[in-house]
Amino acid sequence: MSEAVTLDQVRHVADLANLELTAEEMPRMARDLNAILGHIAQLSELDATGVPAMAQVSEMLGSATATHGEALRRDTVLPSIDRAAVMTEAPETDGRFFKVPKVIER
Amino acid sequence: MPQAINLETLSIPAARTAITSGATTATALTAAHYDRIAAVDPEIHSYLALSRERAFAQAARVDSGELTGSLAGVPIGVKDVLAMRGTPATAGSKILAGYHPPYDATVVAKLEAAGAVLLGKLNCDEFAMGSSNENSAYGPVRNPRSLDRVPGGSSGGSAAAVAAGLCVASLGTDTGGSIRQPAAFCGVVGVLPTYGRVSRFGLIAFASSLDRVGPFTRTVADAATMLDVLAGPDPLDATSSPTAPAAYAAEMDNPVAGLRIGVPEEYFGEGLNPEIRASIEQALTRLEASGCTLHKVSLPHTRYAVPTYYVIATAEASSNLSRFDGVRFGLRADEANTLAKMYRESRDEGFGAEVKRRILLGTYVLSAGYYDAQQVRALLTRDFLAAFEQVDALVCPVTPTPAFKLGEKTDDPVQMYLEDIYSVAASLAGICGMSVPCGTTTAGLPIGVQVLAKHYEEATMQRVGKAIQARQTA
Repeated sequence: MSEAVTLDQVRHVADLANLELTAEEMPRMARDLNAILGHIAQLSELDATGVPAMAQVSEMLGSATATHGEALRRDTVLPSIDRAAVMTEAPETDGRFFKVPKVIER
Repeated sequence: MPQAINLETLSIPAARTAITSGATTATALTAAHYDRIAAVDPEIHSYLALSRERAFAQAARVDSGELTGSLAGVPIGVKDVLAMRGTPATAGSKILAGYHPPYDATVVAKLEAAGAVLLGKLNCDEFAMGSSNENSAYGPVRNPRSLDRVPGGSSGGSAAAVAAGLCVASLGTDTGGSIRQPAAFCGVVGVLPTYGRVSRFGLIAFASSLDRVGPFTRTVADAATMLDVLAGPDPLDATSSPTAPAAYAAEMDNPVAGLRIGVPEEYFGEGLNPEIRASIEQALTRLEASGCTLHKVSLPHTRYAVPTYYVIATAEASSNLSRFDGVRFGLRADEANTLAKMYRESRDEGFGAEVKRRILLGTYVLSAGYYDAQQVRALLTRDFLAAFEQVDALVCPVTPTPAFKLGEKTDDPVQMYLEDIYSVAASLAGICGMSVPCGTTTAGLPIGVQVLAKHYEEATMQRVGKAIQARQTA
């Protein structure tokens, strides 16, 4: 975890995140990631063996865990946002569908 | 608009009295705020969009007697990460340029149902990522108390607008300190409600296990009035708590005598500005004079809060921000001829450097398995739960330094992240917190004192906050 992040790794992570970095951005991001990860590395000083992971605040409050969808509203049909209002926000649409460039390159 | 009303100091009850007594009207008060925005905001840059038509329509409903709620006619600003139907929502990002949400956030609907007049959308760091408001794609906000300094972030516009008299109150959001820190820098009150207390429906998500919505006001009592309107379960937000909120404004008048105040030693260590330290110590002395007892407490894992936060928040952000892809809303890179290229080029053009940095960091920590951060989060939360067995509230600094200069920290992300050192632990634990103005430095920069209380104990927290504020002005 403490090894420096290489330019290749930055490129790989950018790829996973669907980000395109310019040649100028790449070394800057590598430098920043290494600085931040260096700071984060201090977490490894702690022995957290046996401590349950906390993903949500409610888990820690001893309140009953919602196992049967108690936190969810009733599954009843309610009016939703008008489709026309949603579609006018899209960069490209035929009014019914979102239009995108072709998916498969030839 | 009679000259007697000073927009820079106007409180919610004073605004309500001015309207109900006939000294002014909601329409005149709204117009006066827009006039002041036109005169003052070019220098401060707190508003990104004004919702004049909607505001005057709402003011007319107040003046006709149709709306009579607790905020009837009170002009309020909304951070630009919250949806207001038909009004631009950019989240401070180019990638949402041109987006007009077709719906209202629950908090926006609640404010309007209580009669509030919503003036417009307030500038912020892009996707609420930042501690200085310098990451807004639409330009930084300046601190109204000192124009060469930052207002804090990410809710910099929300804090600055209240400080500069450009709205009576505002909404902000806080993921790691984004309400409390700008409130401290601008000398206003900022409240972080307990996680789950206020609905996030209609909030553009940054880190969903941390994001919260809360008010900025000029007085602690105003914050309680706002929280009375905002708090409560929302069927549209499954993370909102089903428990009924307290009556926050009504509980403000209960005395603080007998409350046990904890002073966490880890928050008074090296790096704390001596003037801030002295100011907080004075606030503690005043609480003691009001009949509170002071107790030293320890939150031993505090130093791990910032690294834990930057693992969890960025991991969640990398996932949340994957929805911005140029398909359904906002910016699309036009020249791309395949779908994959369109995604990449839209995101490349649309996101700023800090957002890219956090997406990359989040994607990296997810792929490299930094799972222990969630265990450390549990340890940080246990620290607070243990402390709250001994005390009713904690009092400590909000920030290690007062507002810094624009450009001072932009080149060093770690230095910028360490700005959050006193705020992120409460964010991770989900407890409530607030920043209350607590004097100024000799250079005249505002100082904030942080009050933290257990989950759902906002009423106790605000009583302590009010005691600090009342003792200063007394």
